[in-house]
Amino acid sequence: MGLDIKIPIGLMFTILGLILTILGLVTAGNTEMYEQALGYNINLFSGIIMLVFGCYMLFTSRLFKKKKSEE
Amino acid sequence: MQTTFSLGTIDWTIILIYFIFVLGIGWALKKYMKDSSAFLEAGRSLPAWVTGLAFISANLGAIEMIGMAASGAKYGMMTVHFYFIGAIPAMIFLAIFMMPFYYGSKARSVPEYLKLRFDEKTRGFNAFAFAIMTVFSSGISMYALALLATVIMPLQIDWNILGLHIGEFDFYLMISAVIVLVYMVLGGLTSAIYNEVLQFFLIVVGFAPLVFIGLKEIGGWEGLRANLPENMMHSWKFTGSADANPLGVEWFAVIMGLGFVLSFGYWTTNFLVVQRAMAAGSMSAARKTPLIGALPKMFLPALVVIPGMIALALSNLGELDIPLKAGTDVQDFDKVIPVLLMRYMPMGVLGLGITALMASFMSGMAGNVSAFNTVFTFDIYQAYIRPDKSDKHYLKVGRWTTVVGVLVSILTAYVARSFNNVMDFLQLIFAFVNAPLFAAFLLGMFWKRTTGHAAFWGLIGGTISAAVHHGFTLPAGGSVGIKGGFFGLVNTYPSEMAQNFWTAIYAFSTALILTFVITLLTKKLKTDDDLKGLVYSLTPRIKDDSKYWYQKPQVMAIVIGAIAIVLSIIFW
Repeated sequence: MGLDIKIPIGLMFTILGLILTILGLVTAGNTEMYEQALGYNINLFSGIIMLVFGCYMLFTSRLFKKKKSEE
Repeated sequence: MQTTFSLGTIDWTIILIYFIFVLGIGWALKKYMKDSSAFLEAGRSLPAWVTGLAFISANLGAIEMIGMAASGAKYGMMTVHFYFIGAIPAMIFLAIFMMPFYYGSKARSVPEYLKLRFDEKTRGFNAFAFAIMTVFSSGISMYALALLATVIMPLQIDWNILGLHIGEFDFYLMISAVIVLVYMVLGGLTSAIYNEVLQFFLIVVGFAPLVFIGLKEIGGWEGLRANLPENMMHSWKFTGSADANPLGVEWFAVIMGLGFVLSFGYWTTNFLVVQRAMAAGSMSAARKTPLIGALPKMFLPALVVIPGMIALALSNLGELDIPLKAGTDVQDFDKVIPVLLMRYMPMGVLGLGITALMASFMSGMAGNVSAFNTVFTFDIYQAYIRPDKSDKHYLKVGRWTTVVGVLVSILTAYVARSFNNVMDFLQLIFAFVNAPLFAAFLLGMFWKRTTGHAAFWGLIGGTISAAVHHGFTLPAGGSVGIKGGFFGLVNTYPSEMAQNFWTAIYAFSTALILTFVITLLTKKLKTDDDLKGLVYSLTPRIKDDSKYWYQKPQVMAIVIGAIAIVLSIIFW
């Protein structure tokens, strides 16, 4: 199919990952908020993992390969 | 106890971003939908990892997410049978032995294969039965989504449109139907498959934190062991007799009923999943599809079964209240996932978890609609209504079938509303329709003598025997009706699962014997030449074009089989 699925997956996970990472950083130290998660800053963990995965998907997608060959 | 979520702006933003991407994928795919093959078969062009993830995600709808967590709380580790013995052998068999016929023949669907191999009436029977089953499944997904949404995000809706009362349930049902409709009409099967892949990754990131924190609280595996009965902590150990384990099934019924008949019937002949493999770009990719899917499949119990066990263990400790079923004092295990999300997830990951749930429901719906589309367009419309039209015409019909499929799903969602245990109900349908089907495939693919008449009457006989067996038996404590016993009572099984497994065994055996006997009594109408590429002994062995030895389907199959055996021993 003409659309490489890695592009929407990569974009979405990068965006969601960024949102959660920033949220995690901003709310770091907010013990009340993370009490229900047994003290783990679960937003920061999830955010970073999603960000890394999203970037990996984007960099291995057709989008990036094309740009590379054009340069 | 708090029973609804308080979603923050961030949570809503995450849900919204997901919906934008879902619709965006459909929109981006629209320009490639130039012919019926692109729309209904994804142009047979997708890479194996995409079809492989879609292969298991298509089955990861309402059934798994809600039903499997509920089963985790009811049956404990016994539930992993649905992931190991109830899936892996069939997936390997499909990849190694059956995919060459599906992908190599000109068939565009499972019913079409039946027409090529047997005859028109066999195809017709399967096509109609399958079409009905898919809209039902789609409706059940839709119902589950709407129900979940009303539980976790209640809205005060009390509209009156043209004399119809529209409450929050109806509202969520319509919203989900419209979104699925839009992306399916735009991008067809590719849209469905891409969203299934997206959903797979969302479920992993959405549920992993839940399981991680849940296990931390209960004290890991040892904590589960300390707070659950021992027969919930093993998969095989207590299957010596049906009364000793919570599933109420002994090892023979697990292996024959679930592992052989139900599992092979589902994973190798259900067009919903087979369609994903047939959308792959090459024979090699098609054969790898079930194998690539099998790997994550074996680890899914960690995400969908363990939460149910955590919830029950916490409840046994008095740390967690699982809501009761309305009007009873029975715990409603279908609410386990939302309850745990509420308990552990702060703003942010909460939105992510809800998005993952929604994604699984929506793609459960879309997957069924996409399979319904293809079967209706090629096997009902093109076969019986308008055979000789242009491809453009069938593309248009495919699009309109999507609309009809979604509308009928809405109706069945209201039908599904009256049944409580979604999982058992689906198992019942699979037993009636799918169990005899595998008998026809088994004989048809490996015995070239098998005739069309025999296959057809074998299927009819098998389906009838399933209904008869169900009609004469009841699960313990069940009352006459949908649960069985409507012809009188001959036998009572310890559980509904046991009854379903045995229904499948009877249906399969009847179909196998009938097909065998009728084949000997009828004349073979197809020549060996007709059956080339459709029957094992008449098909030249294909050479796999994989670059490295470890990429060959046979090698992958052995590795996956070995992992499944090791996991079964670990969780014995």
